[in-house]
Amino acid sequence: MPNTPSGPRVGLFVTCLADMFRPSVAFATVKLLEQAGCTVEVPERQTCCGQPAFNSGDRKTTADIARQTIDAFDGYEYVVGPSGSCIGMLHYYPEVFEPSDSYYQRALDLKSRSFEVTSFLFDVIGADALQEQLKLLQFNHKVTYHDSCSGLRQLGIKQQPRELLQQVQGVELEEMEEAETCCGFGGTFCVKYPEISNRMVSNKTDNISNTGAHTLLGGDLGCLLNMAGKLKREGKAVEARHVVEILAGMADIPAIGEADYDLAQQL
Amino acid sequence: MQINTPFFKQRAHDALADENLQKALGNLKAGFPEKRAIAVDRMPEFEQLRNQGRDLKNHILEHLDLYLEQFESKVIENGGQVHWARTAEDANKIILDLCKQVDAKTVTKGKSMVTEEIGLNDYLEANGVQPVETDLGEYILQLREDHPSHIIAPAIHLNLEDVSEAFHEHHKRPKSDDPAVLMQEAREVLRDKFVAADVGITGANFCVAETGSTIIVTNEGNGDLTQTLPKTHIVVTSIEKVVPTLEDMTLFLRLLARSATGQEFTVYNTLSTGPRREGDQDGPENFHVVLVDNGRSEMVGSEFQDMLRCIRCSACMNHCPVYGAVGGHSYGWVYPGPMGSVLTPQMIGIEKGGMLPNASTFCGKCESVCPVKIPLPKLMRHWREDEFQKHLQPKAARYGLAGWAFMAKRPVLYKPYTRMASWFMKRLAGKKGRIKKLPLAGGWTDWRDMPAPQGTTFMTAWKEQQKNGEQS
Ligand code: SF4
Repeated sequence: MPNTPSGPRVGLFVTCLADMFRPSVAFATVKLLEQAGCTVEVPERQTCCGQPAFNSGDRKTTADIARQTIDAFDGYEYVVGPSGSCIGMLHYYPEVFEPSDSYYQRALDLKSRSFEVTSFLFDVIGADALQEQLKLLQFNHKVTYHDSCSGLRQLGIKQQPRELLQQVQGVELEEMEEAETCCGFGGTFCVKYPEISNRMVSNKTDNISNTGAHTLLGGDLGCLLNMAGKLKREGKAVEARHVVEILAGMADIPAIGEADYDLAQQL
Repeated sequence: MQINTPFFKQRAHDALADENLQKALGNLKAGFPEKRAIAVDRMPEFEQLRNQGRDLKNHILEHLDLYLEQFESKVIENGGQVHWARTAEDANKIILDLCKQVDAKTVTKGKSMVTEEIGLNDYLEANGVQPVETDLGEYILQLREDHPSHIIAPAIHLNLEDVSEAFHEHHKRPKSDDPAVLMQEAREVLRDKFVAADVGITGANFCVAETGSTIIVTNEGNGDLTQTLPKTHIVVTSIEKVVPTLEDMTLFLRLLARSATGQEFTVYNTLSTGPRREGDQDGPENFHVVLVDNGRSEMVGSEFQDMLRCIRCSACMNHCPVYGAVGGHSYGWVYPGPMGSVLTPQMIGIEKGGMLPNASTFCGKCESVCPVKIPLPKLMRHWREDEFQKHLQPKAARYGLAGWAFMAKRPVLYKPYTRMASWFMKRLAGKKGRIKKLPLAGGWTDWRDMPAPQGTTFMTAWKEQQKNGEQS
């Protein structure tokens, strides 16, 4: 039920993984933002946040992509995306320009108005804004939450998704051991060092299944794809979802890596 | 010490398969981080202390030459001598010379990572001087011709059986699996060595400029015997260890103990200020400090200067999930974990050390526990930039990145490209919703499934939806 928008104009940062693997995460984000009264637009000129280049040491490409993103999101009151890692990358942009560069100030400006979605809803819009909608939802399951590294340590995201989740009826949150330990995804790390990455994600799936949770939730698709893929390979009966899918009442679509699902046909 | 860093991947593979090692690492993971967390919780001003530590270190590094000179003149005033060693080789030569001056046959040693860094033991042995490690962990390693795998718990990779085996072989006494018995046995054997030693070599956790003192912190007390019993005491330490005053030192001692082992304070904090004076009960007749540079002065003023704040507490490795998976020996040289991933390339060259700054997910846990707030991921990224500029990364990675960058910089191409990739993976997955074998991503699908895409890209679907919305 899209409200008549009166609130801020928000540019949606889609993130590559949501775009390619799980558009429902981006749709859920749009829905939540609209419920919170925002006008949401999706700038066409956006591609990726540039993290693969930044973390591979390619400063020039990083700066090129940063400029492109800064231009694409010019003029929006806020920039919001469903990933602490990608939004965290936007926050690194000031580091890739010399202070004398005209994009330096614009990068600082982008940093000040870009938010990960749960932090935007909770910290900027306010805890009560979605209360009415969230109360109507029901998810009668035991869930556990993985704190993705960039969101947690760079952006301070910890209680925001939890507080929002607790407003949904039936959600029982059971914390896992080492919820704050990296799952071993790390962008290119899981490709460069697959064996070490595997050990890290195995520790994670053990901690997850020890909680007895039915659903693993998180705020970053990279980590979720990694853990969901491992849970499946190990035959563990835990489904994985991005937290916004629950908050937007979209828990009826198949979880990550579960059954075949054709979003194209649903639209 | 031999450089095995280029073999990081193979060594990590072996470490992951080594059950004993994995057990030991599990204990480490459960031990130190937990104790640190409790100690930090008990101290509300810990965060403030970290800021003070960082700022003070930065101040010292800005005036390193002044404080070092002050330290030197104080040591001389106290009757000691300071020797400057630019390289590892210089340091070894100076130390050997000092040993030769007193005709030393054996030297006892307290735990020191700097002497590992310069490869002192091998050098002394090759030149007819027998070094004897007296830190229990180091002693065990020496018997086994092994090297430390951790900077404060050097033998963490070994289990009781390994120790018992080594003692039995070298001490020729009956085997025991009682830690107390083994400890007593080591004590008895080492006692003779302490008495016989001509020279005692220790490291220093800090050098105090205002007094010319050096300090070692230990939990065993062996360091005290090493530096008081022999006629000559040689302190081997590196230039960034200098602090202005005794009070500054105590700030770092508080940070160090809590970050390392979760102790309020380390058990033994032993200061050495010059040789024995008239009326002193004990102490060495000769007191020397060898200040090792070995690449550090090059870091001053460079993008790696922040690394010189390191006080060697080991918190970063204790909390690092990569270290926790593969252990210290995988890193292939003296310094393991996140701090080693920054320091090692500096000392052995990025050409040989490049594996290390890449072996990180940039999860940031190391930085979040570092008592002097060293931005370790950022420094590792600097190394990757260095590698990128020198074209040192593997071809496949470079071409992959270039191909991706070409697309990512062109939104018009990027959209069809992501649509195609999504379509292709969807086809591979079939009805299952996941892919068991993904071409070109074997590293991923060897170990886990790849969840299937939902069938279209968001950008396509969104556009479609907007169009339909406008029509209706
Ligand atoms: S880098 Fe920081 S955490 Fe790691 S050993 Fe040094 S001081 Fe300790």
